[in-house]
Amino acid sequence: MTCLPVKTDKKLGLVIDLDTCVGCQACVTACKGWNDQGYGAPLSDQAPYGAEPSGTFLNRVHSYEVTPADSPAQIINFPRSCLHCDDAPCVTVCPTGASYKRAEDGIVLVNEDACIGCGLCAWACPYGAREMDAAAGVMKKCTLCVDRIYNETLPEADREPACVRTCPIGARHFGDFADPESNVSRLARNRGGIALMPEMGTAPVNRYLPPRRKDVLAASPLAPLLDVSATGLAGWLDRMLGKI
Amino acid sequence: MHPAPSVILFTVLSGLGFGYLAFLGAGLVSASGWAAFALWFLGYALAVGGLLASAFHLGNPQRALRAFSQWRSSWLSREAWASVATLAVLAPVALSDWFGFAWPRAWGVAGAALCLATVFTTSMIYAQMKTVPRWNHWITPLMFQSFALAGGAILAGSRLWAAVLLAGLGGVLAAQWRIGDGRFAAVGATIGSATGLGTIGAVQVFEQPHTGPNYLMREMIHIVGRKHAQKLRVIAFGLLVMAPLAMVLALPPGPLTVALAAAPHLIGALAARWLFFAEAEHVVGLYYGQRGAT
Ligand code: SF4
Ligand code: SF4
Ligand code: SF4
Repeated sequence: MTCLPVKTDKKLGLVIDLDTCVGCQACVTACKGWNDQGYGAPLSDQAPYGAEPSGTFLNRVHSYEVTPADSPAQIINFPRSCLHCDDAPCVTVCPTGASYKRAEDGIVLVNEDACIGCGLCAWACPYGAREMDAAAGVMKKCTLCVDRIYNETLPEADREPACVRTCPIGARHFGDFADPESNVSRLARNRGGIALMPEMGTAPVNRYLPPRRKDVLAASPLAPLLDVSATGLAGWLDRMLGKI
Repeated sequence: MHPAPSVILFTVLSGLGFGYLAFLGAGLVSASGWAAFALWFLGYALAVGGLLASAFHLGNPQRALRAFSQWRSSWLSREAWASVATLAVLAPVALSDWFGFAWPRAWGVAGAALCLATVFTTSMIYAQMKTVPRWNHWITPLMFQSFALAGGAILAGSRLWAAVLLAGLGGVLAAQWRIGDGRFAAVGATIGSATGLGTIGAVQVFEQPHTGPNYLMREMIHIVGRKHAQKLRVIAFGLLVMAPLAMVLALPPGPLTVALAAAPHLIGALAARWLFFAEAEHVVGLYYGQRGAT
């Protein structure tokens, strides 16, 4: 049913730390690796070794240059995956009921057996979180690794999303935003977690932690000593060359 | 947005078809016998042909029947119901005209109202998209209705209706272009709000996340088409509105006039619909730093 649940018991989602992410793309690879053999159709590639390779990914890492008014530019790596929105427009536009949001934990999923591949849900998502698989003709999106987080055949440490488990920096965190004392709720609260594009009215669940303010290099106490003016021959040369 | 030929054909042909069927249903075209059959056949062919074209846009068209299930939330699903209901309701009216049964016209008028309702559901598929600010405005449904009614009036061969509705279409289309040009800025989504980094400083793309194109870029970041947009607008306007207007006003009413007015109108409609997609910017382009290229 593509009407949204009035309320979800849990709000599972991710916190992504833009302060620590180094842009190594490990989460991109881990996500593709896990979801290639789990939930639904594999994530196909077109001409992977050809001149113009292309393929389906559920998670992509951008890099931005941000220039504050009073300090030098900084590079910020920016992983982009589904934000499991509370008011998910991708769900309500779906004509077939293939797209749905689970009432129990808020995960937004696609039932691929019902998907006609009309692409409307990808149009409705502001964040580019959905990609149509060119081989299967069905819509693919982040499942929040629903086949890991509840999977009792995996060791407990592995019962979290592949991208979270693999991140060497610990820049991705998984948890329940409905619980104010969960790890993700506390992180979002303490670090001023950001909701992306609030003007789109999607009420995203995931939060992004803004980069901390960088220290500004203080002027060295020895700096005045650098202003030595040459004397003698060197001073004469300096004056002469300065005139040319 | 990617101007896919199947979707352009679908919206133009079915819109024209339903607009024309509305005139036939309301009894504004008088014909009987085989002449009536030919007129109704054209209407059904346009409407159904357009709907079939839309199937080429699907990744798994064999499951298309499932699209009827979510009418409670989805405009695409409502459109599926509205078009089938309209074609079903109008069928007895067509038979009555064909065989001269003279069944009450009220049924046909109800069918005409359903035609307009169907066009409205189509338009809402686009107008509901907050992610595409140019479409997300009440002018979008008005524009689709104007297309359907003006095209329908041309095919119906009614000089007065065609002249009035073509003039109306011209005004609405010009307004849609004007309003649309300011919509992205009005909505206020920027690379700063998309990344949440705008509060720190000026944001620009440092490196793209992938070196080849992907589905998002092919489907939603179409910047090539915006290059000649202004010229195309003038051409589309001339063919869509001015040429047919001149034909219906200058030539005596008749099948030849209908054909001479409908031909440029249809080409103009295809061009205008191409622009409707090609000029529309999706906010996801912000993540790729790709918008506003002209
Ligand atoms: S991020 Fe996009 S795909 Fe995910 S729930 Fe929100 S709107 Fe839907
Ligand atoms: S592509 Fe599939 S999941 Fe998306 S709206 Fe269409 S039918 Fe629903
Ligand atoms: S939660 Fe799973 S599916 Fe979603 S981005 Fe992470 S690895 Fe990919």
